[in-house]
Amino acid sequence: MPAPISAGTSLVTARERALAVLGGESDDATLRRYLHGIAGVDAVGLEQRAAALGTRSIKTTSKKWALDRIISLIDLTTLEGADTPGKVRSLVAKALNADPADATTPRVAAVCVYGDMVPSAVDALGAAHGDPDDGGIAVAAVATAFPSGRASLDIKLADTAEAVAAGADEIDMVIDRGAFLAGRYGLVFDQIAAVKEACRRPDGTSASLKVILETGELMTYDNVRRASWLSILAGGDFIKTSTGKVQPAATLPVTLLMLEVVRDWHLMTGQRIGVKPAGGIRASKDAIKYLVTVAETAGEEWLQPHLFRFGASSLLNDVLLQRQKITSGHYSGADYVTID
Amino acid sequence: MSFLEYAPAPESRAILSLRDRYGLFIDGEFVDGRGTPFQTISPATEEHIATIANANEADVADAVAAARRAYDRTWSRMSGRDRGKYLFRIARLVQERSRELAVAESLDNGKPIKESRDVDVPLVAAWFFYYAGWADKLDHAGLGGDPRSLGVAAQVIPWNFPLLMLAWKIAPALAAGNTVVLKPAETTPLTALIFAEILQQAELPPGVVNIITGAGDTGAALVAHDGVDKVAFTGSTAVGRAIAKQIAGTDKRVTLELGGKAANIVFDDAPMDQAIEGIVNGIFFNQGHVCCAGSRLLVQENIHDEVVERLKLRLATLRLGDPLDKNTDIGAINSKEQLERIHELSEIGVAEGADRWSAPCEIPENGFWYAPTIFTNVQTSSRIARDEIFGPVLSVLTFRTPAEAIAKANNTPYGLSAGIWTDKGSRILAVADQLRAGVVWANTFNRFDPASPFGGYKESGYGREGGRHGLAAYLAPAATVGRGGAQFSTGRGGAQRRLETGAAAAPADLDTASERPTRSTETAAKPARRTRRTAKPAKKGAAK
Repeated sequence: MPAPISAGTSLVTARERALAVLGGESDDATLRRYLHGIAGVDAVGLEQRAAALGTRSIKTTSKKWALDRIISLIDLTTLEGADTPGKVRSLVAKALNADPADATTPRVAAVCVYGDMVPSAVDALGAAHGDPDDGGIAVAAVATAFPSGRASLDIKLADTAEAVAAGADEIDMVIDRGAFLAGRYGLVFDQIAAVKEACRRPDGTSASLKVILETGELMTYDNVRRASWLSILAGGDFIKTSTGKVQPAATLPVTLLMLEVVRDWHLMTGQRIGVKPAGGIRASKDAIKYLVTVAETAGEEWLQPHLFRFGASSLLNDVLLQRQKITSGHYSGADYVTID
Repeated sequence: MSFLEYAPAPESRAILSLRDRYGLFIDGEFVDGRGTPFQTISPATEEHIATIANANEADVADAVAAARRAYDRTWSRMSGRDRGKYLFRIARLVQERSRELAVAESLDNGKPIKESRDVDVPLVAAWFFYYAGWADKLDHAGLGGDPRSLGVAAQVIPWNFPLLMLAWKIAPALAAGNTVVLKPAETTPLTALIFAEILQQAELPPGVVNIITGAGDTGAALVAHDGVDKVAFTGSTAVGRAIAKQIAGTDKRVTLELGGKAANIVFDDAPMDQAIEGIVNGIFFNQGHVCCAGSRLLVQENIHDEVVERLKLRLATLRLGDPLDKNTDIGAINSKEQLERIHELSEIGVAEGADRWSAPCEIPENGFWYAPTIFTNVQTSSRIARDEIFGPVLSVLTFRTPAEAIAKANNTPYGLSAGIWTDKGSRILAVADQLRAGVVWANTFNRFDPASPFGGYKESGYGREGGRHGLAAYLAPAATVGRGGAQFSTGRGGAQRRLETGAAAAPADLDTASERPTRSTETAAKPARRTRRTAKPAKKGAAK
């Protein structure tokens, strides 16, 4: 493990912090030395630990709390080529009013759309648009030539800046997996740092940056760990598993591994980084396993919208069905929740 | 509210239909014991569970006699295939009644339900399935063609894995064609008695397995009984030593699986998060009541502080409490006596100058509990680094080089298990090669499989359980002369048999060609074998 630097230092920019942690420039060689110096991951042990966390039995009051919390951590997502302003308005309506039959249902954290749909989302949200930690619903936009990331840096930056200008509060970028696998860590670092800059608004505030690792293309847990560190060093506010377009998307072991990284980063720097598993989480039962994993790995304070999200679309309805079951005592069916 | 204070998720006890009193299981029936009955309690609450019969010497004699009858008349004459059928049937019944067995085990032993449910009981079924498959393949057990069973096996098992140790003992014994008298520990007889009901359900011929309950004197009487051919014991080194003395000069075969003080060696290139999990699993699994527990953590000096800090953070998340709650990680200490021993050794650790740290957890008012504890600043000369504590107490020591790690790991009178944590494959092989321990785990700990032999060096005992080796402990090579006669009369005795006893005592030697029967002998023996194999599985009561 690298030597810890104390929390609350005067290091303001991500680059300065990274340079202090790295003890050198963010070039390929320095990053390689650093990332390959981090302890490896034993796949069998990691998966066993994830499976063990998955056996926690969350019942009664804990389950009720967990279901509500899952909803408030969801980035309700539509990322289709067929998306239209009408589809986005429908998604936003669902975000605002998840269960028309139950006014106590919490709101989701954000809606997540393609960049060109940001104006539609902002418009549809109206006054509800805001910080999910304060009860609002944020607009997240995927950017940087999502999902492949195969475009020039200029295009990625323009993609980002446009979404921010249109009112996106959060940017979900993809890393250049090709560059990462080719060992060009400096390039990946510089691109993340540049996108982070492009998230800046004229008033000096900045959209939150989620860095998608696309773990299904990194293949090994060692790679996931290194990409997580790299993304955090380069200034990501969140690390996110997947685009949802590549299988496997989010898995519990991968999310556990990323949570271990943000825990270690917090121990080292005092800074809290968010984690977003995305893609493939459809059942309440599975989502509860993620909550358990977050609470028992990074800590319970991570179960807030600015530190943990689910990237999901069909999960919400399963949670609503579970909520209805708790309230009414029996299971209803798919027609008792709205399709979006 | 705090999410981490998970709402109670207790496993229901309604599935259990326990009796108020349990007798001794002899010759297929529950009978009253002639000793003074005793209570079995839940160590988590100290509440009474059931009254258990106590076997005196006369009861022991009855049990051994029943086993002998069953051996002579039924079990030794039955074909391997038919013995296998019974074992498969037992395995399936264990699976069918797994929830009930898990609840009973957690209730009586104090271990968390998640361990009895996910580890103990599945392994019990796996052990019976595995040895069921061996029953008709004994020619391939490594002792040459047509090996013979030993006769009556006396088996004495401990309280830490009551049902699993029963399976480790009974499954290979029956597969090999022996009959059994088994004595569970006095604090944990419950699942063995439910297992006796399973044997009735499986219609195992009466007397093939007899289960007698009682304390140490019952076990001593069983081991000492003249009618016993084989003694298998798992438990403390002190008792193991007493058994070895007791049977010295007799022709009883013996396997002993005794104590341990395993080194869990963490190198500085270890996969850190998994190593922390492995350390926790190594010593806090089953409250540390594990003979192969990784109770000595040997950590490379340059990562000592980081490992200890991470370990403390992790231990703070362990949940101690009701063993029947599905979220409990650390259950109750099995008995007051054991708790006192843990306290005593822990105080010695403090007096010797080691630093004690215990996880911050609330200790329930009733029952026997000990918070997960680690000692740092422990020296190799400390008693907490030498003596088996058999509780949730970890002693942390450091090393500088692989050679020092190996030397420290081996510097113990025990030698049951060890762990190695490193990302470097070549180092795993090199270090494992030099560790004097029966089981070496690499980047994992406390993993068991019926196909893998398990046993110790030095004061950790002799013989192996599990795998082909565990089967061989219940077999002898085919006799070269008069073999069939010996089988049919008593299954034991005869000068030839005694000569073999010594030669076959070390299972590792059994592969040598010199011990295999010659082709001509085997041919001569064939008619007798055929007769035996045509015998039908006896129905319940048939052997009486």
